[in-house]
Amino acid sequence: MKALAFAVLLGGLPWPAQADARGDAKEQVKFGIAVAQRGLWREAIYRWERAAQLDPTYAAAHNNLAIAYEHEGELTKARGAYEKAMELEPGNALIKQNYELFREINDRTTRKDAQ
Amino acid sequence: MTARLARTLSSAAVAALTAACASYSEIPIETPIRPTMDVSAFQRVLVAGFISGGTEDVDGNLETTRLLRSQLRNKSGLRVIDSDSLPLMDVANEGRSAGNAGDSASAAAAPKDEKEMDLYSNVFANVEYWKKIGEEYQQPLIVTGTVLFTPHQRNSIVQREEEVYDSFGRRRVVPVRTYMERKGFVLSPKFIFIDGRTGTVMHSQTAREEILYNANQATPALSSYFELMDRVLPSFLSALSSQKVKGTRILLQ
Repeated sequence: MKALAFAVLLGGLPWPAQADARGDAKEQVKFGIAVAQRGLWREAIYRWERAAQLDPTYAAAHNNLAIAYEHEGELTKARGAYEKAMELEPGNALIKQNYELFREINDRTTRKDAQ
Repeated sequence: MTARLARTLSSAAVAALTAACASYSEIPIETPIRPTMDVSAFQRVLVAGFISGGTEDVDGNLETTRLLRSQLRNKSGLRVIDSDSLPLMDVANEGRSAGNAGDSASAAAAPKDEKEMDLYSNVFANVEYWKKIGEEYQQPLIVTGTVLFTPHQRNSIVQREEEVYDSFGRRRVVPVRTYMERKGFVLSPKFIFIDGRTGTVMHSQTAREEILYNANQATPALSSYFELMDRVLPSFLSALSSQKVKGTRILLQ
């Protein structure tokens, strides 16, 4: 018991609080995926925005949000969310793959050769 | 004890792997792309024709005009005007001969490369000419430009996959690098969008696509032209109408 109290004191209060935030954010992300798979993208955006608010360090929430923004044609917001996800998890190959596919489309709309 | 520990560890690893596998899912998406230009002021579009050059096997002007008209009919909200292609090379030559009498003879033939093609670019800046065309067709959006479709050859090292069988008859596919002579085509179109009310250029876009085949493969020039135009069309269409690009992304948990 003493050891537990000591550990909590050492780590400070944020650790369990952060764990709760991640747990809540995961629930939102999961729900967002379920509704996105049914085509309810606006609801999915709401859920993933909520997840990103609850736990701003949760890369999956930003990645999914980016996909939803992309689907809704909000390309500037999508870029921001992808970049945030990549910043949080630079080694995640799936986020990187999503971002590269997004860039391919986005670059088409902002081609330098067009005047 | 050690065996039990190993079993526990391995089942934990399997569980972790399963959880990792279940933590993402693929989802199809459609990304809407807004048009680059605002064409809300136009109800009609005139594909006026193109200055074409390169190989004589494909009439770049005729094929591009036909293809763009059919694409615009199916994929844009604009009504496509049916008309003959404009004699753009003649108009360009007239403009050039007015400015410099010596150049007109050399520019009479179809341009063979980009440098020769540039000699004709003056026609697109001829505001009076396009304004007149605009008045004739009730001020539509005018699509014109240049199309250069040239044969191309490149010798290089390419990687291909080859089947090999080992002494036990097991099949394997291994990458093999070989030096190959390859032939094909390069398509370099420039699409110019002109405001039929004012005769001025609203927007222009260029592209360059190439295709190469094995030297012993006989591919008709026309089929290569269509294959390359297929790559260029989404970008052309996205200039004046909203498009949806289909794809898949990975959702994470």
